[in-house]
Amino acid sequence: MESLIIVLVGVLTTVAIYLVLSKNVVRVILGTAILSHAVHLLILSMGGLKLGTVPLLGEEAVKYVDALPQALILTAIVISFAVTAFILVLAYRAYQELGTDNLGAMRGSDDE
Amino acid sequence: MMNNLLVLPMLLPIIVGVLLIFLRTYGRIQAWISLIAMALTASISGFLLQQVQMDGIIRLDFGGWEPPFGILFVADSFAVLLVLTSSIVTAICLSYALISTSKELQTMYFYPTVLFLIAGVNGSFLTGDLFNLFVCFEVMLLSSYVLLTLGNSKRQLREAIKYVSINIVSSWFFLVALAFLYGAVGTLNMAHLADRVAEVGQTPLLTTISIVFLVVFSLKAGLLLYFWLPGSYSSPPIVTSALFGALLTKVGIYALFRVFSLIFHHQPEITHTIIGIMAALTLIGGSLGAISFNDLRSIAAYNVVVAVGFILVGLAIATPAAIEGSIYYIIHDMVAKALLFLLIGTMITLSGTSKMAGMSGLMKNYPLLGWSFFIAMLSLAGIPPLSGFIGKVLISSAAIDNGSYVLLALSLLSSIFVLYSLLRVFKNCFWGETIVSKEEQLPLRRGVLIPCLVLVGLTILIGLGTESMSPYVSGAAETLVNPSIYIDAILGKIQ
Repeated sequence: MESLIIVLVGVLTTVAIYLVLSKNVVRVILGTAILSHAVHLLILSMGGLKLGTVPLLGEEAVKYVDALPQALILTAIVISFAVTAFILVLAYRAYQELGTDNLGAMRGSDDE
Repeated sequence: MMNNLLVLPMLLPIIVGVLLIFLRTYGRIQAWISLIAMALTASISGFLLQQVQMDGIIRLDFGGWEPPFGILFVADSFAVLLVLTSSIVTAICLSYALISTSKELQTMYFYPTVLFLIAGVNGSFLTGDLFNLFVCFEVMLLSSYVLLTLGNSKRQLREAIKYVSINIVSSWFFLVALAFLYGAVGTLNMAHLADRVAEVGQTPLLTTISIVFLVVFSLKAGLLLYFWLPGSYSSPPIVTSALFGALLTKVGIYALFRVFSLIFHHQPEITHTIIGIMAALTLIGGSLGAISFNDLRSIAAYNVVVAVGFILVGLAIATPAAIEGSIYYIIHDMVAKALLFLLIGTMITLSGTSKMAGMSGLMKNYPLLGWSFFIAMLSLAGIPPLSGFIGKVLISSAAIDNGSYVLLALSLLSSIFVLYSLLRVFKNCFWGETIVSKEEQLPLRRGVLIPCLVLVGLTILIGLGTESMSPYVSGAAETLVNPSIYIDAILGKIQ
């Protein structure tokens, strides 16, 4: 199961990198969103997938699953959510002001 | 009970920042409240520094979860010294903002965002957990994204998109490194990590993970991977640039020092050699950048890069004297870079251009500004009675002892390049023909030089008072050189 997820992480990362390298701002943002999903899956599989039951006191289980990666992912998801929201607004404002969503055209010169 | 003070350098700015959001339209009141908050933070960290000096490392376990199970804040001299310096520098930058920036900027959540930024910075210095470091980084970065876009000029928006994208990618690398590290060692508490890595030995796998961390922190610190830095540091309002130049890269540098002196210090022939090479290339690139621009803000931004290279030379050598020198230099650089940016900002406001060609003979018009710039220049070049000197001497002598002559030559050469780049500014802008007559010159806004003069005073004071600072700095260096002190202070109870 872990190997399957790792392959999935690889596929997601490839897709994300392809998107990030494009010139369209919205594509870059989508790329960063997929990038963060890939790493969340990576963290999840690092803790081991479905090795035991939920980590609750009092359950008579032999093995408990590691809860820490899930806590980490939750935090990381919230952060990536905030950052994605911010950069979307930023891209919109930049599009309004600069009149382009092409990163190549945004290079600009220092003489402004 | 005492330990609870430890959370205040992060908590106080956040609480005050949230309060300030409700006072949005009152720019001046916001400024004064945030100044008071920063002064309080500075005095708390001064008090903490005394405590650490007397009783050793202090830690605060949140929720009573003993390490390594919970998240904790750790105060050693290194962290607290940086918290203290950054609080003081932020307070001074805020007072400059109060005096000089437009009302428009002040009422657009400028002060709350600065407070959130400093909360992230202080949190990064104090945390004892690697994942918490990531969270504090993100707090700091999100605030810096907002600060970078405040002001709303076209150039800022353009640079902000690049800055945000590059930082998202570097945060991604941070998470990847954290995931692999957790998979390999099964903990994220720094002391516990250090303990376990020492136990199993730093295997090639762990060294590889450490290099991913190196990439992440180098991106944040501007060590070799500084291509994003000059553009984004020279586009926002000058107060923001001053804060960025003084604080943001230092957080990356702090993380490099912490991670490579505490956790991954068993394979210095790989990791520290790479750091040394990167530092050398940073020194070369920064020096060339600093002398090749005519725009004052770009010159200042490249000076930030040179300083990063110089500080990391100390980590690459990694002898106690070199580490001590680096700590002195980080403190000096926070003060001196804020000073440099504020002075350049004042010059730009007065002459209406950021190009050297548009300024000449300012010395006649504004002598005090001119001499402040002169002192800032000497301080950055490392001339004796000022604060830059002691760091340069310690790092250079450690480089000689260690036989790292290439790094020694490059770091000394870079000082000359720094001096040349600023001397060029000084000569072109302050000397030469006075193009604006006394009658026509823009009046210097009342009090605008006070923050700069305070910083000038600080750089002289640090230079002259090195003796009284040395117990704290050598204590900080000792903890960095002997990771066991740190590990015992955190895990001592369990073992």
